[in-house]
Amino acid sequence: MGALLQVADLHAWYGESHVLHGVDMTVGEGETITILGRNGVGKTTTLRTIMGIIRARKGEIRFAGRDMLSVPLHRTAHAGIGFVPEERGIFASLTVEENLTLPPVVADGGMPLEEIYDLFPNLLERRASQGTKLSGGEQQMLAMARILRTGVRLLILDEPTEGLAPVIVQRIGEVLQKLKARGMTILLVEQNFRFASRIADRFYLMEHGRMVADFPVAELPDRMTTLNKVLGV
Amino acid sequence: MTTIFGIPLAAFLGQLLIGLINGSFYAMLSLGLAVIFGLLRVINFAHGAQYMLGAFVALLLLQYLGVDYWLALAIAPLVVGLFGALVERTMLSRLYDLDPLYGLLFTFGLALTIEGTFRYLYGAAGQPYSVPPALSGGTNLGFMFLPNYRGWVVAVSLVTCLGTWLLIEKTKLGAYLRAATENTVLVQAFGINVPLLLTLTYGFGAALAAFAGVLAAPIYQVSPLMGTNLIIVVFAVVVVGGMGSILGAIVTGYMLGIAEGLTKVFYPEASNIVIFVIMAIVLLLRPAGLFGKDA
Ligand SMILES: Nc1ncnc2c1ncn2[C@@H]1O[C@H](COP(=O)(O)OP(=O)(O)OP(=O)(O)O)[C@@H](O)[C@H]1O
Ligand SMILES: [Mg+2]
Repeated sequence: MGALLQVADLHAWYGESHVLHGVDMTVGEGETITILGRNGVGKTTTLRTIMGIIRARKGEIRFAGRDMLSVPLHRTAHAGIGFVPEERGIFASLTVEENLTLPPVVADGGMPLEEIYDLFPNLLERRASQGTKLSGGEQQMLAMARILRTGVRLLILDEPTEGLAPVIVQRIGEVLQKLKARGMTILLVEQNFRFASRIADRFYLMEHGRMVADFPVAELPDRMTTLNKVLGV
Repeated sequence: MTTIFGIPLAAFLGQLLIGLINGSFYAMLSLGLAVIFGLLRVINFAHGAQYMLGAFVALLLLQYLGVDYWLALAIAPLVVGLFGALVERTMLSRLYDLDPLYGLLFTFGLALTIEGTFRYLYGAAGQPYSVPPALSGGTNLGFMFLPNYRGWVVAVSLVTCLGTWLLIEKTKLGAYLRAATENTVLVQAFGINVPLLLTLTYGFGAALAAFAGVLAAPIYQVSPLMGTNLIIVVFAVVVVGGMGSILGAIVTGYMLGIAEGLTKVFYPEASNIVIFVIMAIVLLLRPAGLFGKDA
């Protein structure tokens, strides 16, 4: 399994404040990785820095062998990385379908619209309504669905289950399973252990702006006690 | 003689038409301002100068190259639009990360520079631009006499406004524009070239102003300051409609043009200030404007 994404000694800043202190991380082709960590340790910042949203950064980000540090934000997706932000980012001035078809297709192999509507029948039903009129769960589905169309190789998700009802969390789990089966590489931040343990192959534990542990899902049960303590759950 | 509220019907309809003509220009110009403000968050003080440039390009094309009105209607917006795009790319785009005041000051300075240059080159006096032969004369509608060119201006302005609205509300490009207006960073993260979109938008706004300028040339005279007086009223229109609201800009433009025209009939002394009085009232009662979102 070759590394699709390689992050080495990554630093990032918000103005004067130094938030990432040398993140090292590898995501293999087809792997599903979950980043765990307490509030405010820099999980979201890591994802946003990889995307190129945060430009005050230093270190190394390689995607499919390509140096991403010099790539402008609007070219990141074209390199093959798709982003589902924590706040979901559904546009109020766009209909559901416009939201769904907004991100340009960047490569072959994306899901055709019909297949997306099969996977998310709610979106088909409500395709003419205003994007933000959807429920929280539907908005999360929409935020994921619109990236699936684009044919990206790496899907980055920031806390996709946050604040959602158990049935919806279940549903998101199924969708991610399906994507995994199709060979999609997934990098997600997640607080929900049980959810993450069902889909992740490997975990990174983050503290104070760097990765402090890296272990496969098989080791999760043994590490549960320490993790619970570290994460303060 | 037929009268309405004690006013001769012909005089009433005549002022209504003048109001509608002025409203056509208010609508087209405030529409451009609203589109630019929505996406760029820049209050484009150069909008009046760009309108004037449109009229001047048409005049100069005619004087030096014998290019007629119809061709000028296509060429002038193109030239001014490209000029706008160039200004955005080389100068305005450097100010986006700064306080919005810088964009306002820059476009204000740009307007002064352009208008000053034209005043230096061509003097302040207005120059006539004749109505194209195909639209000269008028039509007797039975209840009033309608100069053909004025009818044409109202029709073209309606089509332009409707077309722009459809472009923004119903097309893919419009969806990019609306989305980028809401969340620039995310749209960019989806792989859309937002800097290019900003350039196109500013160029489009400038072209729209220039298009209105060419339309205005045969009605008002072509002069370096023709945009200065108009733009103040147009800013009032934008404030009444609600900053950034596309539909608000269009509807308010026509409405206030007509309100101004009718004031001339009923209380001529107030016709120059009626728009500003309406603006003051709207600001008191609904600070975000009639169509503003957070009213
Ligand atoms: N826009 C910002 N400007 C300045 N500091 C910020 C900004 N966003 C986040 N931070 C700070 O950076 C640090 C890392 O934040 P980040 O959002 O990456 O944490 P997180 O691990 O995603 O937390 P959470 O679990 O709450 O989502 C925090 O200390 C936070 O206060
Ligand atoms: Mg976060």
